[in-house]
Amino acid sequence: MSGENKEIAYPYIPNALPHIRDRMLQRIGVKSIEELYEMIPERLRFKGKMDLPGPLHSEYELRRHVEAILQKNTSAAEVISFLGGGCYQHFVPAVCDEINQRYEFLTAYSGRAYEDHGRYQALFEFASMMGELLNLEVVSVPTYDGYQAAATALRMAGRITGRKHIIVSRAISPDKLSRIANYSSPFLKIKVADFDPNSGQTDIKAVERLLDTETAAIYFDTPNFFGCLETGINHLITLAHQAGALCVVGVEPLTLGVLRPPADYGADIVCGEIQSLGIHMQFGGGQAGFIATRDEERFVMEYPTRLIGLLPTRVPGEHGFGEVAMERTSFLKREGGKEWLGTMANLWGITAAVYLALMGPQGMKEIGEGIFARTSYAIRKLAQVKGIRILHLSSPHFREFVVNFDESGKTVEEINASLAQRGIFGGHSLRRHFPEMGESALYCVTEIHTQAQIDLLADTLKEIL
Amino acid sequence: MNTQPVSPYQSTLENYHQARWCEPLLFEISEAGQRGIIPPPLEAGITESIGAPLQDVPSWMRRTSPPALPEVSQVHGLRHFLRLSQETLGAGLIADMGMATSTVKYNPPVNEQLVRSPKLNELHPLQDEETVQGILEILYRFEQILKAISGMSRFTFQPRGGSAAIYTNASIVQAWHRWRGEPWRNEIITTIFSHPSNAACPASAGFKIITLYPESDGYPSVEALRAVLSERTAGLFITNPDDTGIFNPKIDEFVHLVHEAGGLCVYDQANANGLLGIVRAADLGFDLCHFNLHKTFGTPHASGGPGAGASGVTEALAPFLPVPTVEFDGTRYFLDYDRPLSIGKVASFYGAVANVVRAYAWVMSLGAEGLRAVAETAVLNNNYLLARMLEIPSITAPFAEGKHRLEQVRYSLEKLTRETGLHSSDLARRAADFGAHFFLSHHPFVVPEPATIEPTESYSQADLDTHAAMFERLVKEAYTAPEEIQSAPHRAAIHLMPDPSYLEDPQRWAITWRAWLRKHGKNAQQSAMAENEASTKKTKEE
Repeated sequence: MSGENKEIAYPYIPNALPHIRDRMLQRIGVKSIEELYEMIPERLRFKGKMDLPGPLHSEYELRRHVEAILQKNTSAAEVISFLGGGCYQHFVPAVCDEINQRYEFLTAYSGRAYEDHGRYQALFEFASMMGELLNLEVVSVPTYDGYQAAATALRMAGRITGRKHIIVSRAISPDKLSRIANYSSPFLKIKVADFDPNSGQTDIKAVERLLDTETAAIYFDTPNFFGCLETGINHLITLAHQAGALCVVGVEPLTLGVLRPPADYGADIVCGEIQSLGIHMQFGGGQAGFIATRDEERFVMEYPTRLIGLLPTRVPGEHGFGEVAMERTSFLKREGGKEWLGTMANLWGITAAVYLALMGPQGMKEIGEGIFARTSYAIRKLAQVKGIRILHLSSPHFREFVVNFDESGKTVEEINASLAQRGIFGGHSLRRHFPEMGESALYCVTEIHTQAQIDLLADTLKEIL
Repeated sequence: MNTQPVSPYQSTLENYHQARWCEPLLFEISEAGQRGIIPPPLEAGITESIGAPLQDVPSWMRRTSPPALPEVSQVHGLRHFLRLSQETLGAGLIADMGMATSTVKYNPPVNEQLVRSPKLNELHPLQDEETVQGILEILYRFEQILKAISGMSRFTFQPRGGSAAIYTNASIVQAWHRWRGEPWRNEIITTIFSHPSNAACPASAGFKIITLYPESDGYPSVEALRAVLSERTAGLFITNPDDTGIFNPKIDEFVHLVHEAGGLCVYDQANANGLLGIVRAADLGFDLCHFNLHKTFGTPHASGGPGAGASGVTEALAPFLPVPTVEFDGTRYFLDYDRPLSIGKVASFYGAVANVVRAYAWVMSLGAEGLRAVAETAVLNNNYLLARMLEIPSITAPFAEGKHRLEQVRYSLEKLTRETGLHSSDLARRAADFGAHFFLSHHPFVVPEPATIEPTESYSQADLDTHAAMFERLVKEAYTAPEEIQSAPHRAAIHLMPDPSYLEDPQRWAITWRAWLRKHGKNAQQSAMAENEASTKKTKEE
């Protein structure tokens, strides 16, 4: 076979050296690698040579090559960015990066609770700290992302209630809605409840109209896609419960140092995204989700994910951990399990655990207050710019808000192009999914934005419009 | 009889001891007022302008008591997680051939440096395309690479794991049949040795699952397949080679029959490690396939994700891929959302993009010849270990006996269990004392008392010898000192957890610390453990 006699020492492949190969082949009792492939008939073999670039055997060459491509990007850190919409530029403590690049955590996979004890403990602590924020006793290990968490939470609600309809607020990310639709369609019928154009919040009357005895769950996010807190949360949860349905709520953990968690109003399943908790944006690669519920068997047995539990070892004073009720899962039951179990996003769970440990209650309070305050400030500041209208002003906002440019006669693209020339990434256009909002963009401020940067945005917009 | 080579790691095997810190939970080291990090302060100018930070928030929505998060200094926060990392047997520390079916291989640190560049870390997914030409170029280039490796026409990297890719493929199969006006096709055929997700993910998409079982040669018969094909057949989801390392040589016939029945064929190539450059999904006639970048393509397993699933399809199925796709017009790269037949979004944004960058760098470092060396060496290593393992008494490799295998083997310790009463799971627990671990099998255990081993291309002959030596030692111990195995582990981070009812009983399980406190109280652990200790002693005495 090709390559067999090549004198290349591959740094990643110790046994590729011909003399080692020969020694091993001899030990196996065959003459060539070819004999080891005897199971694959000749007719099924690929006869050509894969048309691949490279190789760049030297690490320096490789590095130079990849870095040269990445260099073509302009990152949000090189400008002032006001982009949000599901992925956020927050401050990432150095300890978070230090821990998630530890080669032990980075390269571990699914070892047992003995030799991977540390991984289990870190994930248990992730769930435990999330539980404190959420006021709930059961929290999953991370799901692929917040979209999957919401989609799975709704499938769980369908199984728990035995009902077939879900009502989803339109005031959530349109992409998340797409994922929920794709994921629910085999089993659940989705009804989309519009939002009130004035408040930007889920229209309770619309939900009421859609609600019936087949409703398994009502779903909304708070803060929602437009940054609005759902101040009707009590009402929506009561409505769901009156109809015998569950209420599934998506929440941003960063708000929970200062806001009451959805469970305090009676939300049954709470889910969301943890990217804000010490994880870099990575062009959307830093997303990971969570699902949380009360500790009731009928809920717990519907989780498809791993759940880590605490238990004693035979030595007093020693914590052990293991996997709770694995009979639920596809690993034990194949198609008879709940959805499926797979490799999801544990390293981001460990990272979020580091973040929450560092922040503690005081840090979470300060960051929550800091973002609320900057959001209020940015809204007030931009509202003064001629040609701009801030939508949904009657609602409290966290981190994001919708800026409408209709009065300026300019498109979001034109405005963003001008901003980009001045080193600013403006909010992204909402036209594709929310055409009724006209020339609107979703703006985002976090704890990393200074007053001067927000002022600069307002001044620059004044100049452009 | 061959003289067994003595591994230079023999002494590691005998003297290994994992770090054991008995690290308390963060909640147990918490001290009021301690802080690990200070967020950016709120500027006076902002508070002067708006007043109280939460003044726009109705008071009834505000939290009245702070969340009971631990309060630790940065010193202790860092130390805590460093200790936990030391109590984790990462693949980088060992010759990790035991996590079979997962293709655990070397994860080059240079790739970590590349993805930690601010040019990737600080990219927002909704930036203007002009500002993300670099990352789009890598996504585009890597798609071309996977096309060459598989022969398929298009790929998406949106699925954030292998199972997510299987689900994506199931959604595409579904969309295809609906588009063709054959929505009644609702049956998926798979094999018992294919990963459980080949059954679970299509079932999650609403399909009925039919599972085929192997004959003595390790794969189902053509007749068995024929018997389940009908006008309801939507598709075949199959791994090949499957978990036994046995390649089904009639795979083209399988594909042909399923096509004839009107179904699509989906190749689970999560682990394609033995086949790179040898066999291509498209050449076998498959309509869809998927690769796990965290298996075959060298990206780290990250304690269980993020991984990345790359779904590949033929030209005919390309319109159904998730949006957006990455396109190149000869001068610039762009995202295409205008795909009316698309199944929609299967994950947020563009998936676990950093893993595409890592995988791209990994392939670039090896090239076509290098990838072929990966496959050939993985197969060489596996067959070398197979030869060594079969020399150990009471270890067998059921199915296709006497034949060589591709990249992994599912061994059986059935004879040992019969003779000693110990299970392969007991031996796996004891392996922790030697700085190793091994996967048994997915369920059901078709191979009794299973141990599945996959020595990828990353390991040396000495590593393989060490692994065989460990099994030799385990087997010998099972016959001579079974109590050592029963009470294992002894040299791992923690000791035996004798009472699994803590994980199964809803009254006792505790998935968070607050649940533990409610159910068992702060001191319950001490007393429960003392109780366990007493009963373990008692059992020993008996």
